[in-house]
Amino acid sequence: MKYAYYPGCSLHSTGIEYDMSSQLVAGKLGVELKEIPDWNCCGASAGHTTNHLLGLALPARNLAIAEKEGLDVMAPCASCYNRMKTSEVAVKSSEETKAKVAEVTEMEYEGKVGVKSALEVFVKEAGLDAIKSLAVKNLGGMKIAAYYGCLLVRPVGIGFDDPENPMTMDDMVTALGGEAVDWPFKTECCGASLPTAREMVGLKLVYDILTMAQSAGAEAIVTACPLCFMNLDMRQNDLNKKVDNANFQLPVFYFTELMAIAFGEKPAKTGVRKHFVDTSSVLAKYNLK
Amino acid sequence: MRRTGVFVCHCGSNIAGTVDVERVAKEAAKFPNVVFATDYKYMCSEPGQQVIKDAIKEHNLDRVVVASCSPRMHEPTFRRCLESAGMNPYLFEMANIREHCSWVHPDKEKGTIKSIDLVRKAAAKVVKDEPLQKSSIGITKRALVIGGGIAGIQVALDIADAGFPVTIVEKEPTIGGRMAQIDKTFPTLDCSACILTPKMVDASQHPNIEILSYSEVEKVEGYVGNFDITIRKKARSVDMSKCTGCGTCWEKCPTKVDSEFDMQLGKRKAIYTPFPQAVPNKPVIDRVNCTKFRTGKCGICQKVCPTGAVDYEQQDELITEKYGAIVVATGFNQFDHSVYGEYGYGKYPDVITGLHFERLINASGPTMGKIKRPSDHKIPETVVFIKCVGSRDEAKGKSYCSRTCCMYTAKHATLVHEKIPGSKSYIFYMDVRTPGKGYEEFYKRTAEEYEAQYIRGRVSKVYQKGDKLVVRGEDSLIGRPVEIEADMVVLANAMVAREDAGDLARTLGISYDKDNFFTEAHPKLRPVETHTAGVFLAGACQGPKDIPDSVAQAGAAASKAIGLLSKTQMESDAIVSNVDESRCSGCMICKGICPYKAIDAKLITERVGGKMAERQVAAVNKSLCQGCGACTVACRAGCLNLLGFTNEQILAEVEAVCL
Amino acid sequence: MSLNTEALPKSQEVTASPEAAPQPWEPRIVGFACNWCTYAGADLAGLSRLQYPPSIRLIRVPCSGRVNPQFVIRAFQRGADGVLVAGCHPGDCHYSTGNYFTRRRFLLMQRLLEYMGMDPRRFQARWISGSEGPKFQQVVTQMTEDIKALGPNRKMRDVE
Repeated sequence: MKYAYYPGCSLHSTGIEYDMSSQLVAGKLGVELKEIPDWNCCGASAGHTTNHLLGLALPARNLAIAEKEGLDVMAPCASCYNRMKTSEVAVKSSEETKAKVAEVTEMEYEGKVGVKSALEVFVKEAGLDAIKSLAVKNLGGMKIAAYYGCLLVRPVGIGFDDPENPMTMDDMVTALGGEAVDWPFKTECCGASLPTAREMVGLKLVYDILTMAQSAGAEAIVTACPLCFMNLDMRQNDLNKKVDNANFQLPVFYFTELMAIAFGEKPAKTGVRKHFVDTSSVLAKYNLK
Repeated sequence: MRRTGVFVCHCGSNIAGTVDVERVAKEAAKFPNVVFATDYKYMCSEPGQQVIKDAIKEHNLDRVVVASCSPRMHEPTFRRCLESAGMNPYLFEMANIREHCSWVHPDKEKGTIKSIDLVRKAAAKVVKDEPLQKSSIGITKRALVIGGGIAGIQVALDIADAGFPVTIVEKEPTIGGRMAQIDKTFPTLDCSACILTPKMVDASQHPNIEILSYSEVEKVEGYVGNFDITIRKKARSVDMSKCTGCGTCWEKCPTKVDSEFDMQLGKRKAIYTPFPQAVPNKPVIDRVNCTKFRTGKCGICQKVCPTGAVDYEQQDELITEKYGAIVVATGFNQFDHSVYGEYGYGKYPDVITGLHFERLINASGPTMGKIKRPSDHKIPETVVFIKCVGSRDEAKGKSYCSRTCCMYTAKHATLVHEKIPGSKSYIFYMDVRTPGKGYEEFYKRTAEEYEAQYIRGRVSKVYQKGDKLVVRGEDSLIGRPVEIEADMVVLANAMVAREDAGDLARTLGISYDKDNFFTEAHPKLRPVETHTAGVFLAGACQGPKDIPDSVAQAGAAASKAIGLLSKTQMESDAIVSNVDESRCSGCMICKGICPYKAIDAKLITERVGGKMAERQVAAVNKSLCQGCGACTVACRAGCLNLLGFTNEQILAEVEAVCL
Repeated sequence: MSLNTEALPKSQEVTASPEAAPQPWEPRIVGFACNWCTYAGADLAGLSRLQYPPSIRLIRVPCSGRVNPQFVIRAFQRGADGVLVAGCHPGDCHYSTGNYFTRRRFLLMQRLLEYMGMDPRRFQARWISGSEGPKFQQVVTQMTEDIKALGPNRKMRDVE
């Protein structure tokens, strides 16, 4: 399997752990990742909200480059994935849009290749059996809340999993010997960039998710989105300072980190030491250090 | 050489004002096969008809053309006129020179020329007319009612009261249907059982009604007036003739199973009647769950039965009976809300449906009428109702409005207020639709006196938080999100067709819509008939309906069935398809085209090269054929023809107007 | 199925009334109307005194699905300048499905006529219900105008 790799801005910066662990998992699963040369911004955050055509054209340019090489794109970041999928579907379903996009990008994107999320490639396509056979360590029943966020499985109809109750990550956790807790906030909003702009609104959303995960008995949260990760991991300290009686110490992982660790990689190599919330104690508890 | 007479009508000045009728008659006299032509002031009047009758005698006419108004107006009149003159009424054509000419073309010259054309057309067709005979068929004076809910019971009672024998086939062990599960009925809050059970008893004691419960229709053959219907009487494992319904068996039965009647909220035994007022009040053994059938051990019910009625060896029995009319009243199911992830895919026990709620609130239900939530039997203080679950939702459910949910939700909220002091009900709605007598007033009372809080908006999520269910939605009137911590959530699931409705429709040869509801023959003017003659519809199998509507429709269906059964012979129209067997190749393409299942293959024996040989040809059932002519165009050999509108007749008309 | 056309007087030969001036060419349209919708619609047009050109001759059929393509071809062969097949609106057929056959046949027939070198606009199918008198009037008026613009049908006249 070979994919054009689209790291986007996060995986080269705040989400570097996701990049590090994705590369490790890809290596173990025999997935070849070739970074798209001269890639540009996917248009998430601000781009697509200011201009619809711009929002379609930005990811289409990246897809056009990948199409030249005949490779489907793997975009680990949920936001990149969502933007690229939207563009892919728009171009595939309308000749008019396709022509407009081509005019703006000055590149032909025919819709022959598409985008997949890292969850799709590493879990759905690789298959649970392959994951089980590669695992040399067992998560030992660690109670984990799989958190998908708002973008990964939406909008309805184009995603790869159930939009209300996605299970891909839960299945992965179970396959690696963990216990995926059943909880209702799998696709809640993490606040995205709100904690920066309107701090208390954003923090409340993070607070709700963390509280719900804890009350479901989770010892850790696993996610597949750099922004979700950042909010859930980085804001815990903030919450503990600003909210009475809050005392969160809930480790948050990228799903690729857990996979890489289970596949026998040293935790340090996967990036778990870079987290704000300490991960070592929960890993130690389950002999995963 | 035919002897045609042409009669041109003035219709006072209606025709004569803009058409030179004398000239029309004069020209008509020159047409081939026309031996007599005249005009008269009012052809349809008594003296006008006498003109025709006299001319038939005097000129020995064997074909008649009347040029006057639309045949949709007076064709029957003139046909009767021919009949009383001793002629076959089908040797007659009309030229419509009023509606299609004099009234729309004020130019007298042009109108006259067109009138002459129209008369020429009729004269060309009439020479190709053949004498036709109406056929008649006998009628079996018995009706079959499929489904023993309130609609089926009402149909059966009405037909039986008119003096005809009726059989109710019900697939459950008892009649009563959905109405038996319901606690109270809107808008009067009558107890449902109190008004239903007397009707069930009436049906069981009526000398003209036979109830076949735990039975299903297996096969339908024949046609209107003469259906041959095979019914599967499923093995009850109880001999109906010996059983007295004493109840010892189900008291002693050790196996407890979730009760379907109680929507899995209560228990029944493996040998059971669904509810105490069941009709017939005789049990069946649920062989899937019965220990005797599962393991071979037990047999307690047989031991305790004082009359020796329990029979483990009993087999399904197939019976075939003749019926003249069929009424379908198979009712509805509830929409399966497990497609709604936002309501938890059906995984929260305290998110229940309207029918569950009916059982919870019913005095003879699993909680003895105390509203207790299923998970921990706590009495809920806050109840949230969500309407339009599965209805008016093209993405996940059905596009239609389910009609009853607004009212039953209002009823439920009223009952919550009455039964649980200090409770609070919230109702999420899209629109409140209350078109029925006393319905709007009931809804108003629910909102104002019973303090149910109506919130206009959809619910985006229901989730468990501790022992509460958090209902998150939008109040679209104030444009704000709302969150309610509820103890119980009741979904107003849409009424949907029975999942096997399509199978039954195919068995009966009736049509069904995209949602599997049976289709009526005409949405406005033939609401209880189907396209298949002799098959009628009653109740919610045709579309969502409440009890008053179901009962009204049942009465209508019964009257249609009675109308059919009260005839000894049924006349069918003479305008039907006809097969030229000598040319038919038996390809049977026509069979699939026919919307009335009127065409079937038959074998004929004919002499080929001195030997007798069997061959398949198409045969038209003249009582089923409605005369649309679709088959005639599909016939590759052109051997199917529509009598009265044959290829030859229409081509003659084409030629006559193209001159 | 042939008719002794020689024996019939042609409409042009019908004795003209003395005061009639020579008439300009008027198209001749053969209309097939289903008994339940379009024929009733034409009756309603009459009842409402809605005037339209006297170009159309309606042939009553039980259902538009009864119209064999052969009838259409024959009309053109005999010099009809236009043919209209009209029935109930889709979904409203008295016989539930007849007009669906019409709809499919119509599209095929138009292509066939085009293949034969006829202008397919000479052959039209319309859905006119029993309550649509004005629509009948409008359809006939429009079709007459359209065919007037196309001129007389010479292509298939008397092609055997």
